[in-house]
Amino acid sequence: MTLRILLALLLAANVATAIAVVFARHEHRQLFIRLSQLEKARDNLNIEFGRLQLEQATWAESNRIDQVARTRLGMKFPETSDIVVVRP
Amino acid sequence: MIGRATAARGKLRNRAQFSPRRRVAVVCACLALCSLALVGRAVDLQLIDNDFYRQQGDARFLREIPIPTSRGMITDRNGEPLAVSTPVESIWGNPQELLKVPDRLPQLAQALGVPADLLVRKLTQRSDKEFVYLKRRMNPDEARAILALEIPGVFSQREFRRFYPQGDALAHVLGFTNIDDRGQEGLELAFDDWLRGTPGAKKVIRDRRGRIVENVDLVRPAQPGKDLTLSIDRRIQYLTYRELKRALLETGASSASAVVLDVDTGEVLAMANLPSFNPNAVDGSARDAHRNRAVTDVIEPGSTMKPVTVAAALAAGVVTPGTLIDTNPGWMPNGRYRTTDTSNHGVLTVTGVITKSSNVGAAKIAQRLSDEQFYEFIRRFGYGVAPHSGFPGESSGVLMTPSRWSGTTKQTMSYGYGLSATPLQIAEVYAALANGGRLIAPTFVKGQRNEGRQVLDPQIAHEVMKMMQTVTEPGGTATTAAILGYHVAGKTGTARVASNGGYARRYVSVFAGVVPVDNPRFSMVVVINEPDPSRRGYYGGSVSGPVFHDVMQGALRLMDVPPDDIQTWLAAQAKKQGTAKPAAATTPASAAGGQP
Repeated sequence: MTLRILLALLLAANVATAIAVVFARHEHRQLFIRLSQLEKARDNLNIEFGRLQLEQATWAESNRIDQVARTRLGMKFPETSDIVVVRP
Repeated sequence: MIGRATAARGKLRNRAQFSPRRRVAVVCACLALCSLALVGRAVDLQLIDNDFYRQQGDARFLREIPIPTSRGMITDRNGEPLAVSTPVESIWGNPQELLKVPDRLPQLAQALGVPADLLVRKLTQRSDKEFVYLKRRMNPDEARAILALEIPGVFSQREFRRFYPQGDALAHVLGFTNIDDRGQEGLELAFDDWLRGTPGAKKVIRDRRGRIVENVDLVRPAQPGKDLTLSIDRRIQYLTYRELKRALLETGASSASAVVLDVDTGEVLAMANLPSFNPNAVDGSARDAHRNRAVTDVIEPGSTMKPVTVAAALAAGVVTPGTLIDTNPGWMPNGRYRTTDTSNHGVLTVTGVITKSSNVGAAKIAQRLSDEQFYEFIRRFGYGVAPHSGFPGESSGVLMTPSRWSGTTKQTMSYGYGLSATPLQIAEVYAALANGGRLIAPTFVKGQRNEGRQVLDPQIAHEVMKMMQTVTEPGGTATTAAILGYHVAGKTGTARVASNGGYARRYVSVFAGVVPVDNPRFSMVVVINEPDPSRRGYYGGSVSGPVFHDVMQGALRLMDVPPDDIQTWLAAQAKKQGTAKPAAATTPASAAGGQP
């Protein structure tokens, strides 16, 4: 009698673990997909950041600033004699 | 089988000699043998030949594919990006599959922008392969447009491309990378291991057409390259490049280099060379322009050597700054040749020798030193020794050992001929003079401070600085390099270009200087090769001095260096106000006079 109960229990446990394995495997797949998605999102953000940095650097290129300041804004470099020395 | 077994049993019921028990035993034995054979085969497959079969299976669908990673960014000392990797797409195709759809190839060729027949030829040549690049390094948007055509056998792969926002201004220092994103020249090459990322790898299951069905395993994660912060200051670099370019145009010179060092740390703040190239579109044509002349090309230092000669004599105790040197009659014999001055300077003090840049004076000072003494001293200053800045292809210059000197070598070397050095080495020497006699190896990396070694007594270094200060003051050879408000110590140099064992009528104009004299910050060397003598002459003072002035004036302002010569500045201001006031007074008067 007890043997039968034991057998039934073991059988039930076996089925349960089998289902658990399937479940874990499913979970793993889901998580892996999620991880891949997040990594991809991270990469895309990094790439976007790099591109923006590059864009900023291109806009801030010294030669361009120089040209814009001189021609469009009409700025010029102060002559040394234009600079007033203030002594404390 | 079971059906047949029961049928057999029915037939055999009449025959008593066959017991059913035995029959069952035989059948069981047969079945057992069968299953034993199966088990045996299973053991064979699973245990003995397992590796072979697994390999075969994996080879058919499991692939390890690389995970591309980006190269580290290079920034200047203030974090401004100088070299950035950004992703691009490379389109590749599987020729075997593509050749199965010949009707779609013209469409693909058009999208790629190549002639259709060329594409077909390329594919047929590689018809036994499964991979061919169709177009590398495309704009991701364009690549997506090609993939959207959904031609079978066309795939894209992410790669990274390097961009240099500063363009040609910093091209020599940074160098560039090749199509596989590996450093080829300059700091990209020197720090390739540091900048380069390690691509990761992952296992995927691919179907027959190369599409990824499932991600199986991450073999190793991708390690992005590390960023590198240089000692270069983007603004000073641009200023240096701009002024050097202007000087090159104005003087008609063939090439030029300039180096700016931080005196305290030996950091390279700027390094510019001309002619330059565009690192964003490197082609193999202008190889000559790829060279970082400031580090690789040697020049004879010419008169910029004189402060070192004088320092050697001061250190040996054979002269003092006030010692009188008779340079009459403006020349002296030097073997079969003569050492001559530009004019007869008469009797000069040691300081005067520097101020007037007298070759005869320098030669007479060097005469008081032994060959060994002189050699040891200039060797200590790094002549003939590579500066170990970490830049690839660095030259060490040439300094002969005294055993190979002829009778005239010491005299010739005293004013900078018969030995050679790179502009970077000269800048290093001047930084050492400014830094109280401490020679610090130059570096391109921010914060990587080399300890340096004491090569000269600080007191003597200071005396030499004071002597060099007279060069940019009225009466000196480089008044063009003077900066209002600051004391500038410097030395001009004009060397004939050595060629075919003699000296050609071509010149190298050099200016090496340090600013400000009290608490020096920058050491700068400007080298202009082969200026057209008919434009601004060829003397260091008239050709290279103005570049030094313009760059250093900007750099002092950019780095907030307080002026050390307020008096001159105030005097100049007072003078200007003095002239401005009468002008202001006359204007209303003339205006009033004009009214009626």
